[in-house]
Amino acid sequence: MSEATRTAAVAADLADERLIKNEGVGGFLSSQLNRLRSGDLGNLPVVLGLVIICIGFYLQNARFLSSRNLVSITQYAAPIGIIALGIVLILLLGEIDLSVGSVSGMAAAVMAVLMVNNGLSTTVAMLGGALVGLTVGLLYAALYIWIGIPSFVFSLAGLLGFQGVLLFVLGSTGTINLSKDSWLLEFTRFSFVTGWQSYAIVALIVLVYLGTEWRVTVRRTAAGLTPPWWPLVIVKAAAIAVGLGLLTWYVNIDRGFSYLWWLFFGLVVVVDYALRRTRWGRHVYAVGGNEEAARRSGIKVNRVYVSVFVLTSLFAAFGGLLAAGLQTSVSQATGTTDTNLTAIAAAVIGGTSLFGGRGTAWAALMGVLVLQAITSGLNLAGVESEVRFMVTGAVLIIAVGIDSLSRRARSSSGSG
Amino acid sequence: MTQPLTHHEAVPVGDSVLSLTGITKRFGAVQALTDVSLEVRPGEVVALVGDNGAGKSTLVKIISGVYQPDGGRIVFDGRPVAVHGPSDAQRLGIATVFQDLALCDNLDVVANLFLGQERATASILNEVEMEQEAWRLLRTLSAKIPSVRIPIASLSGGQRQTVAIARSLVGQPKVVLLDEPTAALGVAQTAEVLNLVERLRETGLGVILVSHNMADVQAVADRIVVLRLGRNAADFAVEEATTEELVAAITGASDNVVAERASRRTKPEDQDHE
Ligand SMILES: Nc1ncnc2c1ncn2[C@@H]1O[C@H](COP(=O)(O)OP(=O)(O)OP(=O)(O)O)[C@@H](O)[C@H]1O
Ligand SMILES: [Mg+2]
Repeated sequence: MSEATRTAAVAADLADERLIKNEGVGGFLSSQLNRLRSGDLGNLPVVLGLVIICIGFYLQNARFLSSRNLVSITQYAAPIGIIALGIVLILLLGEIDLSVGSVSGMAAAVMAVLMVNNGLSTTVAMLGGALVGLTVGLLYAALYIWIGIPSFVFSLAGLLGFQGVLLFVLGSTGTINLSKDSWLLEFTRFSFVTGWQSYAIVALIVLVYLGTEWRVTVRRTAAGLTPPWWPLVIVKAAAIAVGLGLLTWYVNIDRGFSYLWWLFFGLVVVVDYALRRTRWGRHVYAVGGNEEAARRSGIKVNRVYVSVFVLTSLFAAFGGLLAAGLQTSVSQATGTTDTNLTAIAAAVIGGTSLFGGRGTAWAALMGVLVLQAITSGLNLAGVESEVRFMVTGAVLIIAVGIDSLSRRARSSSGSG
Repeated sequence: MTQPLTHHEAVPVGDSVLSLTGITKRFGAVQALTDVSLEVRPGEVVALVGDNGAGKSTLVKIISGVYQPDGGRIVFDGRPVAVHGPSDAQRLGIATVFQDLALCDNLDVVANLFLGQERATASILNEVEMEQEAWRLLRTLSAKIPSVRIPIASLSGGQRQTVAIARSLVGQPKVVLLDEPTAALGVAQTAEVLNLVERLRETGLGVILVSHNMADVQAVADRIVVLRLGRNAADFAVEEATTEELVAAITGASDNVVAERASRRTKPEDQDHE
């Protein structure tokens, strides 16, 4: 096999003469352009949106892009971002969970009661909160698979019901303050990565990227397939190194990126890897794209649903615990409509299709950054939350509009 | 490898790789299949023909585990089996190309080819191996596909069909079911699929081919099973059946529209051909 391919003049995947070659700079640009034209916008709209928002608020108030503000934007974006990560997963299946906010609030309340009223350790109390998420996920999966209730309906019921549970668990006091000496508060509020450690993380990211591409190159060459185009790999690696390095240097002027932000970042990387490189992820996309085809391929469709419902609720609960740590307390307003809609909006704004099967874990990160930037910018401008709601609503409509338009472009370019 | 057969009742049961007896299936008020029998031996191509709605696809889906039969017996490799789902069929070694292809538009060609049977080590996908194998499979079908890394949605109908056919060759099937595999294919690709069917026969696989194209059927099949209104209507060895006999069996009458058109063409002046 390898002998035959080595003697062949071209690699197996370039043998077709109608293949659009993407060698060289021109080839790369034209292939990117073709992709956009066929309606595959990727994360271009959200990146552009984020840039426009940043420039706009910066012109309004230069403090928006101050080191201090960037640190707090990323820190406060992280818990909601983790909830949005779960939403990305469930949207990939073409389903929805409207109750993530309520689940996050309920998990936080359970943790607070276990920690403060029952005197359990932070870790045990957090496990209790996570157990709440696990239970909700299993319950949803059962309702979906056994009874066939649409996810829209049972998660709407969950939105109301679990908010009731939150009030019930909190009891007459209404607000529970977490103990000041809990490591959760220390971790979420006062832990930042600065100095050489922060640059070590950047270097690690670049090295992992280069290492992966190197491995791919070796294996593809051995298999007689075209390897990645290294000039592009180098340019990308350099862009990551310089961009992330400068950003790290800039936020290090203040406190540096929070542990919370890096935790969120790490989760996005892990989920992204699981979606793109594992059997499970492949099956998630398949079920979201064409459930019947997935079933006929022998995929255990129900297992995919169970895993995703459970993960979505677990991420919601985990996000809720971290948010409670950041707020230092759990109150009757914890995880109400605001959290729900922000998390869902973030996933959609980040570029996850509502129609299933399209989107990546990075959508959660980009989307939540956009929303947190808007919140922060409007706060700096001294605008009240009514305007924030209106702006968020408008951004959401724009994001869904872009999704629908690109879907139409896909079908008219024959790739729908 | 295949001796000429007269009627499949003559074939000893132990010989067949797949044998169905008394299969019935009903959808609400529609009795889609009634007491249907079908048998395939290793190295045999059985064509399954019949009018629209005769129940061919339903039978294919029962064999591949998509539908559960209401009654009847399935014997695979000499053992009675229950095919509770597509994964059962896959495990037995039954590969299927469905009439509606059943591809995932959002996934690329490689992902579709190996869907449900991904090559992986410890659940981590082995993309290089899959891509290499994908090119090999597609080349055996003379597929004209520009890239295996573009979403299947951006391929033409015939290219999609080729991918669906290539999919049935992944793994080591013992029986391949092809439900109208050449419906959207060009001349060259149709010929490749017919070649492929013959190659499958040579390697000792059982092939069930559903087609409306009598020329294709007569070109590659060893046996032709006719379904009409969900029942076995006829079973021919290919060399003993004329096209007229086939058409008569399919439509259930000798004075059918097809025969009428044919006779009108040969004797245009003769309007009354009783
Ligand atoms: N899922 C279903 N629900 C209800 N009725 C069905 C279903 N699938 C098939 N049928 C009915 O069963 C009968 C047989 O359909 P089937 O698809 O097997 O026909 P076919 O022989 O494959 O026809 P064609 O040549 O048009 O593909 C038809 O009357 C059809 O209406
Ligand atoms: Mg059919």
